[in-house]
Amino acid sequence: MDTITTVGTRGRVGEATPRIDGEPKVTGAFAYASDLHREGMLFGATLRSQVAYARIHSVDTSGAAATPGVVAVMLGSDVPGKNRFGLNFFDQPVLAEDVVRYSGEPIAILAASTPGIARQAIGRIAVELEELPGVYDMEKALAPDAPRLHEFGNVLRHVHIVHGEPDTAEADVWVDGYYETAMQDQAALGPEAGLAVPAEDGGVDLYVATQWLHVDREQIAPCLGLPEDKVRLHLAGVGGAFGSREDIHMQIHACMLALRTGRPVKFSYGREESFHGHVHRHPSRIWMRHGANRDGRLVTLDVRLMFDGGAYASSSPAVVGNAASMAAGPYEIPNVRIEGTVVYTNNPPCGAMRGFGAPQVCFAHEAQMDKLARALSLDPVELRLRNAVSTGSVLPTGQVVTGAAPVRELIERCVAIPLPEPEPDRGRDLMHYPGGAGNVTHGEGIRRGVGLAVGYKNVAFSEGFDDSATARVTLARTPDGPEAEIHTAAVEMGQGLYTFLTQVVRTELEIDRVELHAIDTLIGGAGSTSASRQSTMAGGAVQMACAAVREALYGRARARTASVPPGAELALGDGWVTCDGAPLVELGDLLDEPVSCEAVYHHRPTGNLDENGQGDIHVSFAFAAERAVVEVDEDLGLVRVLQVAAAIDVGRVLNPLGLTGQIEGATAQGLGLGLMEEVQLRDGVISNPSFTDYLIPTILDMPPVVSVAVEDPEPGAPYGLKGIGESPTIVATAAVVAALRDATGRELNRAPVTPDELVGLRGPATTSGPPPIPEVPGQKSVPFYFGMSSGQQKIM
Amino acid sequence: MRVSLTVNGVDRVVDGVEEHESLLHLLREHLDLFGTKNACEQGECGSCSVYLDGVLVCSCLVAAGQAEGGTVTTVEGLSDDGILDPVQQAFIEAGAVQCGFCTPGFVLAAHDLLRHVPDPDDAQIREALSGNLCRCTGYQKIIDAVHRAAGR
Amino acid sequence: MSYLRPTSWAEALAARAEYPEAVVVAGGTDVMVEINFGRLHPSALLDLSRVGELRALGREDGHVRVGSGVTYQSIMRDLPGELPGLAAAARTVGSPPIRNRGTIGGNLGSASPAGDCHPPLLACGAEVEIASVHTSRTTPVADFFVGPKRSVLGPDELIAAVWVPAATGPQTFSKVGSRNAMVIAICSFALALHPDVGRVGTGIGSAGPVPLRARAAEQFLEGHLGETGAWESRPRLGDAVVDEFARLVAGAAQPIDDVRGSADYRRHALGVVARRSLMWCWDEFRGGRP
Repeated sequence: MDTITTVGTRGRVGEATPRIDGEPKVTGAFAYASDLHREGMLFGATLRSQVAYARIHSVDTSGAAATPGVVAVMLGSDVPGKNRFGLNFFDQPVLAEDVVRYSGEPIAILAASTPGIARQAIGRIAVELEELPGVYDMEKALAPDAPRLHEFGNVLRHVHIVHGEPDTAEADVWVDGYYETAMQDQAALGPEAGLAVPAEDGGVDLYVATQWLHVDREQIAPCLGLPEDKVRLHLAGVGGAFGSREDIHMQIHACMLALRTGRPVKFSYGREESFHGHVHRHPSRIWMRHGANRDGRLVTLDVRLMFDGGAYASSSPAVVGNAASMAAGPYEIPNVRIEGTVVYTNNPPCGAMRGFGAPQVCFAHEAQMDKLARALSLDPVELRLRNAVSTGSVLPTGQVVTGAAPVRELIERCVAIPLPEPEPDRGRDLMHYPGGAGNVTHGEGIRRGVGLAVGYKNVAFSEGFDDSATARVTLARTPDGPEAEIHTAAVEMGQGLYTFLTQVVRTELEIDRVELHAIDTLIGGAGSTSASRQSTMAGGAVQMACAAVREALYGRARARTASVPPGAELALGDGWVTCDGAPLVELGDLLDEPVSCEAVYHHRPTGNLDENGQGDIHVSFAFAAERAVVEVDEDLGLVRVLQVAAAIDVGRVLNPLGLTGQIEGATAQGLGLGLMEEVQLRDGVISNPSFTDYLIPTILDMPPVVSVAVEDPEPGAPYGLKGIGESPTIVATAAVVAALRDATGRELNRAPVTPDELVGLRGPATTSGPPPIPEVPGQKSVPFYFGMSSGQQKIM
Repeated sequence: MRVSLTVNGVDRVVDGVEEHESLLHLLREHLDLFGTKNACEQGECGSCSVYLDGVLVCSCLVAAGQAEGGTVTTVEGLSDDGILDPVQQAFIEAGAVQCGFCTPGFVLAAHDLLRHVPDPDDAQIREALSGNLCRCTGYQKIIDAVHRAAGR
Repeated sequence: MSYLRPTSWAEALAARAEYPEAVVVAGGTDVMVEINFGRLHPSALLDLSRVGELRALGREDGHVRVGSGVTYQSIMRDLPGELPGLAAAARTVGSPPIRNRGTIGGNLGSASPAGDCHPPLLACGAEVEIASVHTSRTTPVADFFVGPKRSVLGPDELIAAVWVPAATGPQTFSKVGSRNAMVIAICSFALALHPDVGRVGTGIGSAGPVPLRARAAEQFLEGHLGETGAWESRPRLGDAVVDEFARLVAGAAQPIDDVRGSADYRRHALGVVARRSLMWCWDEFRGGRP
């Protein structure tokens, strides 16, 4: 465990800095979206379909409307603008009118004077539905006779990547594998919530917990039939996100009801509705065939992967692009063919979750690496070291890794972390056995296993997106000295971004007092807080704005003092402008008027995939290696993880306190997918939408994470940083399941692994072979070729 | 119905409480005490933990009427005029807070543990906090925070 | 909706008689979940949390009388010596705040097949004391449950207490769950040896429509131990005996597939924990003999 450095420093970049929102969060004063309240506000509720695929014949709202306390009931026909939204494509109705395509899809909304009345009135809306034969299996969605869920069919995107000569490559050893991962829920502790307040100008102010204010607004305004400047978004406290808040949930509904009633309207989902109200991690099926030379050099790889996108597009096209382009893992393979498909089904929509397509392929390629090592009688660590990418390596897309890629160092430092101390087989405290207080073993059946996984993730948005970030920094004089204010639209959702942004200002302007302006759409966009990008992007923007502030101060200093010789170097230090190291003028004396500068940070441009799937599509990469040590009760199939050792490619440590917290938390989510987390579906209906039945790791399931931060600065990134929010999640699932394979000798090709599988009552997931490759017009999403407008592209 | 109770040292009389409402609702919707969080309403996550008559409970599972005449302490009642409880201070210093939604519940549960076991070991901390879910931290820093608070 | 708040047992029974449709709430750990999720819309709540009598523990004729309002926390703290199986089960319930509130009477009243107290109560041969304004009766726990979430409790009746014979031999409780804390049992098993009367008690949870006894397993083991004089000589148990016991326990289950686990796994796991439980209890009974 990295030890905690004493806090109370000045909090510059690289120093352990306690989070700036720590105190309100520990006292309960921090206002999350669900805590918002206004005098006279109404409470919203949503009627959702309970079946997955059906034609809507009629909706009778009279019973609800007649309920005392109900102020408004609205249907799809009441949407003031267009009844369509979506992150990548506007393919999703705000309220279903003719057809529902997934269980949980909103059909009607209402506003009432109390939450209880709202909930009761929802039960009085009568909907007449005719169930339709649906598609619940991603492979069946490809069948010619499958019901077509959208006008352009069921294929949302197919990505085709060919590199080298995969059809003719020869190898000494071949390894085949088939892998599945389940649908995972982000399970942020704070359910979806927000408050819409009608404004005097006919517009609306929306206070909401989201990951990306501007893309929300871009989807909300057209549905409300309002110009964007009349839809103002303000960030409310975010109770975790992990991808689940990148899509619209209650935003448009609340605004519609607020505009209709002229009163503030709050939506606050409960846990069950939260499961229906946001997108999930895509279930995957992956077929892989690796060929290697006898000396352990990878020669060729053939991948067929399928993701279940569910009923609507969300960010699925980008997810499958990521999964396909990174399916080979962080290894050099000269000949590669990757065919990746994401389809529409009548399952709940899937979209962004921490890792964004990479955890699924990492689960597969790392299992393959272990299989290959066995086939070659080679140490699995050695096999990975021999094939690891490094700066200059060429990826399957033809993209050359230009940034830092310390993969070999990560592997070596990860496996060098000492294994946990052996514990006696008998006589331990119950809590130290698999099953814990359940008292199911006193040492019987315990087998230990160790597993390693290496993976990587693209940083920032790919495939041509210019997801820039804007920041304004204003330096003013106060009675307590010069104080800077940061204004961005960048969302903090727990990871520590705001604290980091204040560290940037302290570092760049050599001052102590930094405040954050409220986060809203009154400034340019900052892009999404996702994709491991926001420290780079918002951090870069704040750094640039500070540089502009600094230049402005130097200009004022020069104008004020005649004594600055031409060519002299000005700098900032301790509240002074210095000239060649000597104090020149105090900052306060330059701030009769505040200095305020805005800057926009862009990452380097990326391209698209050509017809062979070649292209410089990613900005940069963050790598990770984790090793899990588990104990399995081989008779009961219960598991205790003893330790996770992590070596993470961080570029540069920005805040040690926040860094290890991110590594540990990201690891926990990967561990959850490996051991217990699965959104279970029956005919498209979620059968476990609660924390009683959807299990996430408790404090008794999480082992100590012993982590090493490997610093290899990323060229061109602010401070050489790399986002690290995702890479530990990606490798944790693969590492934990590898350790289970090591302990049991079983194939375990599906995550999460269940007790049945660990004891051999259920065999590995089976396949009759990869499905056919669908015919598509090109590498982009299919709706694009049908002329559907794209969400995010417009604001890039 | 009317419910009279003492919350964070203040006597409160609340009218208009519906019989099926939980103590959690009473605190949040009637008394505007939003520090106690609603994350599952099933007793699975511990985010709504409060003291009721000195006993740590999930307020979502207590009928509001059961708190009649009772004494409730919420997270807001742990700090006194800006002076943080040592547990709260330790959570900040140890980096045990990320999104913070689970934090009030963890702070209460850790506070309760330290009342009964002043210097707990890791196993005791894990068992005592096993009713609180955190999705951000992976729990290690929370364990660190409890150790840190135990020293004060 | 009415909220009934009796402060004595007599008042509680009277309220029950007057409002037979009222939903009884004690710790609230089951009832409030149903209400919060909108699955239960009671016309009245009968709150037993102020009835002090129900929180009492008593001893009589080698039995512990556990008031229906006794919490899991109290069972863990106050009864590990007398009722070790029940105390072990209480420790596996939910989490500390749940154990602070949840009561044994509520566990029985909810009559979930997964209730953690049920297997040890079955294994111990406990009896449920049931009362109405008119009568009082006791019924063996084995006859108390009649279906999933259904019991013999009449509309005017309340659970007063549970009478549990104090342990005269080793007892154990095992709960199989797919997480290491805060989990509903995939299946559970309790075993109690009663050497004073030459009896063996079992209880199976979460593997049938009601909590079950493995009667064939009990009879087999009682027969073997009695016929071989093992209660006195305390020899090692042969593998064949342990295996047969485990087989009979697994065979007594009537499991289904659900979100928590498969029927096959439940049967398998019951065999494993039955075998281990017997080994632990018998080893304890032998008291370190070679």
